[in-house]
Amino acid sequence: MTPCTGKEGLAFFGCDPWWLILGKGVVIFAFLLLSVLMCVWAERRVIGRMQLRPGPNRAGPFGLLQPLADGIKGALKEDIVPRKVDKFIFFLAPVLAATPALISFAIIPLGPVVSIAGHKTPLQLTDLPVAVLLVLAMSSVGVYGVVLAGWASRSPYALLGGLRSSAQVISYEIAMGLSFVAVFLYAGSLSTSQIVSAQAGGGTASFFGLFTFDTPSWNAIVLFPSFVIYVFTMMGESNRIPFDLPEGEGELVAGYHTEYSSLKFLMFYLAEYINMVTLSALATTLFLGGWRAPAPISTVWPGANSGWWPLLWFLGKLVLFIFFFIWLRGSLPRVRYDQLMKLGWKVLMPVSLGWILLVATLRALRNNGADTSAYLVVAGAVVLALLAGSFVWDAIKGPPPSAADEPEPERPAEPEPAGAFPVPPLDAPHYHGSHHGKEVPSGLH
Amino acid sequence: MDLYIPVVVLGVLAFGFAAFSVVMGSLTGPKRWNRAKLDAYECGIEPTPQPVGGGRFPVKYYLTAMLFIVFDIEIIFLYPWAVAFDQFRGLFGLIEMALFIVTVLVAYAYVWRRGGLEWD
Repeated sequence: MTPCTGKEGLAFFGCDPWWLILGKGVVIFAFLLLSVLMCVWAERRVIGRMQLRPGPNRAGPFGLLQPLADGIKGALKEDIVPRKVDKFIFFLAPVLAATPALISFAIIPLGPVVSIAGHKTPLQLTDLPVAVLLVLAMSSVGVYGVVLAGWASRSPYALLGGLRSSAQVISYEIAMGLSFVAVFLYAGSLSTSQIVSAQAGGGTASFFGLFTFDTPSWNAIVLFPSFVIYVFTMMGESNRIPFDLPEGEGELVAGYHTEYSSLKFLMFYLAEYINMVTLSALATTLFLGGWRAPAPISTVWPGANSGWWPLLWFLGKLVLFIFFFIWLRGSLPRVRYDQLMKLGWKVLMPVSLGWILLVATLRALRNNGADTSAYLVVAGAVVLALLAGSFVWDAIKGPPPSAADEPEPERPAEPEPAGAFPVPPLDAPHYHGSHHGKEVPSGLH
Repeated sequence: MDLYIPVVVLGVLAFGFAAFSVVMGSLTGPKRWNRAKLDAYECGIEPTPQPVGGGRFPVKYYLTAMLFIVFDIEIIFLYPWAVAFDQFRGLFGLIEMALFIVTVLVAYAYVWRRGGLEWD
């Protein structure tokens, strides 16, 4: 390969020797598999603690070998292929689910340029001019695995689970795609390494000329609404609680992988956890400054952003996000399907579009050297737009629901039971004799 | 093209691993034949007969898929615009995209009003 001539940006990439490409690929592949094992373990331990039980603690120290034992057990289970399934697609689906999940991680920047065996190379497998688009494309291809699994199983539960999953993932992909637009607007690029360097340092601003301060540089702060929308869609895309309707066990047994067993089931499981890791890594890259050290550390210690140290910051932010996933699973119930679609289509999408327009307006004003009065005009326009939006909202919503649709009137509140446990009220109607000196109504006898 | 080679390398690794696992799964496990085990799983009751070709699905999902295509194309238009935004002179880029978004929003309001986004 040709030696790298460029000094920054994409010119760093695409000039590794073949053994370095292969080595990085294998390391990332191994890292993903290992992180899945760690995620499974961490999830069970953390949720165990949240539910006041120890979680797995027998296999190895702190139960660390439990996921490995589960994997081996999965491989030794009978591989059931039901009679009616479409054989080829039934085998293809788990492969289609797992492969794209593993590919997405190729463009995640793990650190700056380091020296490996005399070669200067970035700590990133590769970067593309359309890197984030690759992640979106891979998550779309991953949906095929789920849909085809549901389709090929020839089972109502699996079919419904597959359809639900596809509808959910594509609905949330729109809001996710929109939440990225503001990031691209600020970075001026789709390449992940350039998005990270765009978050390297904010400018300085002055507070009415009294004192100056450094503006924050992370997109999570600068573009906070985008970040919030991304976090919502991240939950929706990963098919996890509170949006895990594709496998809602109360309704669909296990959803799209009802008919799968043995290692084929484990492939779906693997894909789900790798997607969780990749979405967290993408959130870190796009919104939390990537591998760059968080603000106080980078100010105190200038060397924090060079060499191999950034790997530590990256992993720290990644673990933070994964813990957030697990935390949500430990605290939230599953939403209803209509609520899920409503959130995706009626809330996240219009909010993102409005936010993009606002960000673009401010950016255009800044590029054209606008002063404070221009910002006031924009603020007034936003208020007017919100007012107009509320009128349109009334128009869109249509007539109020008729009386027949009204919910049943609330029953009078039961007296609060004493203590923390749900005990029946003490003055419940007796079935024999009298109650508080009165005759019991005949209906209760 | 050099930028894309590592993606292909990782893809080959991933595909090889997944395909190997799926094939291995049918070799490592035990085999115990049982007629009921090979039926579609339906909580112990007789499986629902499936129509030829794999089953039907509610048309609702079809509508969602169509809406997705419309709005996903909108996003695809937004990306190059966002990347090139700082190169626009004046307010041209902003007004152009605002008009486009409003046009799509009209369709969005129509779909909403007609109940296309309702899920009963």
